[in-house]
Amino acid sequence: MPVMLSPPHAHGGDSIRMTMLTVVLALLPATAMSVYLFGWLAVLLILTCMVTALVTEAICLKWMGRPLSTLLDNSAALTGLFLALTLPAAVPWWMALLASVFAIVLGKQIYGGLGYNIFNPALSARIILLISFPLHMTTWIVPMSAAGPVLDLYDFQLCLSFFLTGPDALKVGFDAISMASPLGYVKTEATLGVPVAEALKAYDYSYLDAFLGFEAGSIGETSALALLIGGIFLLTRHTITWHIPLSYIATVLLLAGIFNAISPDQFTPPLFHLFAGGLILCAFFMATDPVSSPVTPMGQVIFGIGCGILTWSIRSFGGYPEGAMFAVLLMNCAVPLIDHYFRPRVFGYGRGEKS
Amino acid sequence: MPAMLRKLAQRLGVLQHSFAGGVHPEMYKVTAALPIEEAAITPVHILPMKQHIGEACSPLVRVGDRVLRGQKIAKSEGYLSVPVHAPTSGRVVKIEEHAIPHPSGMGMPSIFIESDGDDKRDESLDPLSGWREMNPATLRERARMCGLAGLGGAVFPTFIKLIQDKRFPIETVILNGIECEPWLTNDHRLMLEQPDEILSGLAIIMHMVGASSGIIAIEDNKPDAADVMREALARTPDMEGVRVVVLPTRYPQGSEKQLIYSLTGKEVPAGRLPMHIGVICQNVGTSRALHDAVVLGHPLTERLVTVSGDAVTNPANMRVRLGMPVRSLFASRGLDDLNGLHILHGGPMMGERLKSVDVPVIKSTTGLLAMRTETMMLAHTEEQPCIRCGHCSEACPIHLVPNLLADACRSDQFDRAENYQLFDCIECGSCSYVCPANIPLVHYFRYGKGQIAQQRREQVFAEASRKRSEARDARIARENAEKAARRQRVRREKAPVKPVESKGDINAGDEQNREEKS
Repeated sequence: MPVMLSPPHAHGGDSIRMTMLTVVLALLPATAMSVYLFGWLAVLLILTCMVTALVTEAICLKWMGRPLSTLLDNSAALTGLFLALTLPAAVPWWMALLASVFAIVLGKQIYGGLGYNIFNPALSARIILLISFPLHMTTWIVPMSAAGPVLDLYDFQLCLSFFLTGPDALKVGFDAISMASPLGYVKTEATLGVPVAEALKAYDYSYLDAFLGFEAGSIGETSALALLIGGIFLLTRHTITWHIPLSYIATVLLLAGIFNAISPDQFTPPLFHLFAGGLILCAFFMATDPVSSPVTPMGQVIFGIGCGILTWSIRSFGGYPEGAMFAVLLMNCAVPLIDHYFRPRVFGYGRGEKS
Repeated sequence: MPAMLRKLAQRLGVLQHSFAGGVHPEMYKVTAALPIEEAAITPVHILPMKQHIGEACSPLVRVGDRVLRGQKIAKSEGYLSVPVHAPTSGRVVKIEEHAIPHPSGMGMPSIFIESDGDDKRDESLDPLSGWREMNPATLRERARMCGLAGLGGAVFPTFIKLIQDKRFPIETVILNGIECEPWLTNDHRLMLEQPDEILSGLAIIMHMVGASSGIIAIEDNKPDAADVMREALARTPDMEGVRVVVLPTRYPQGSEKQLIYSLTGKEVPAGRLPMHIGVICQNVGTSRALHDAVVLGHPLTERLVTVSGDAVTNPANMRVRLGMPVRSLFASRGLDDLNGLHILHGGPMMGERLKSVDVPVIKSTTGLLAMRTETMMLAHTEEQPCIRCGHCSEACPIHLVPNLLADACRSDQFDRAENYQLFDCIECGSCSYVCPANIPLVHYFRYGKGQIAQQRREQVFAEASRKRSEARDARIARENAEKAARRQRVRREKAPVKPVESKGDINAGDEQNREEKS
């Protein structure tokens, strides 16, 4: 590259590689927690996703004639990790592989590579999988089921064969090791007319367990605590700002609070919304994906509020029990519009003045 | 309402002196503790005919003429212009085009003065020690004839700001001692070494514009300068209404509009000047230069330059005569071999990289930095795709959205760029500084501004030729109508005698002439 003649001739030293690495680091607590909860299954899943993502990215770059050094920007590895954390522990290897290829090819490279995708690559891949393989994608392994009679999550050989052949081929009582997620359970019960409080009681739901991560769910989204630690790390490193997470979570809590107060039998309480499903993961990590979120602070608040409304609406009225990922993807579509209309007031132009 | 809240918060001391955005570049003020040194007078000084914003000057001297220090050697042409003076005594040896400090390496007619070593001063300008009783207009003329231009780097002719306009009474004069560029320390040293001259200049400015209050703004990384200025203030009579305000260190705090906002909470409306909200800003160096011009009768023939950079082992703050070649200045600091170094004219944030070191020091030369390549991170890191992280929007002190703006400029969508308010960009470089993808945003903004300006010029030209052609068509039609009318009249009079016809022809010719003139 020719030496740039225009100033500035100094740089703060921030780089894309470091930004991506920071997010990977922020995901470490959640990753560690997923390994603790789901044992070798989580390890196998994460490795498969990350390796596939990197290989796919390399093939794409080679194909497009771009330098392979682009791999070092860490974005493909991050996508792989993200994707793995949003998948249930029960998915077989080929599904994880397929999802990673989807994420890189359809989620990112098809738009022109890093920086040009309008949707979060990991989320789009996950949604494709959810629609294509609804059964596998909503079959949740009981966390820490080392105590379970059938599947010891800490037995490598058992986990490997489970991962390679899929749960069907294992010819074991699948029901014994799987369970519904709290969101799914309450949703099903609600359609049968069971009030929320009774359903939660029947499920034996505990807020503390949900906070720490001992409820069923995708491997990376169960532990609110681990995700919050990572989110706060990102905030302190200034990789993300408070705008999206705060407006997103506050909107969900507000809506849930209002409707739960009006009709407690029909609508789940705010804290349940916070800890169940992928709200915290989405709020701190997915919705804040810089590429597919608005640029300006005000736009980010609008985006967060939109995500919140959609998440709560889909969870409360939609066909799927979980709405966070759909919400983020839907709001991704609105980003160009938000960027265009919610620009800050330019210095020197009065409020309301046509600037 | 927000303004009221802000005022309240300021009074309570909760929210003080802040503009939104900005960055904290790493400071390399290695020369801060080094007293100002006098640079030697070089054998030849090169004085370009334009050293400031505005119109170029035209030479008043001829090759072979003898000149004295401070003698006017070029007169200003046009309003936005100030004359050029000889920096030392000697002989005019050449008047020809020479490169000026500009990234393009472009040239400018320049007067070459060979020094005679006597450094004799032209004493024709009287000191105006009784300036307190003098008419502001006289003092303003003095500032103009002494060649004063803003020495903070923007080099706006000083006299233009020093005007008393009844429509816009000036309440506050701000002396800018912020110096927020990394590496540069000459304003800092000037405040430490010549606080009284700076204050004298401030008093003259306040007298000229009729301001009642003055603020000397200093960033909090120069507490010693603030102390020295406060002490000087305390021992100077007639300076009530003047105070020293220390602002937090943040780039671009020294930018005029940001500084005014930090100090007063008022925004200079877009497209207007600080005087329209009752404020004017002057650099501390300019203030001292005004003192020299008024109290001593010395035109601007020298300025302070910070000579530094990581390739300079012996950096310094220097008092340099205008026209000294940059190469000689570096040589005087023991740096003879400039190969492979980047030479910056000004600070790294807003300064320009020089193509050649044979250019002279001019009125805008705040610093000269010799940098090794690896320091200049933008220069050797490849541009990566924008990941829309929004750091640039956060850093922009004007609240633009730099990444969208750069995208519009890069793809030649100039309507969109203007819609994103390209022309409000002050090119401070904060956005490029924080960009993790190393996108040279300012570079794209300059490209966009240049292209739009070019388009506008072409539009004006096209409009003018359209009008010309329309006027011509109208004239021809009118002439034809007149001819027809005349022919009819002649026919009606039934006296087709020759003399009448020839007279008619002459008239027609006259008329045509008149038309063409108009």
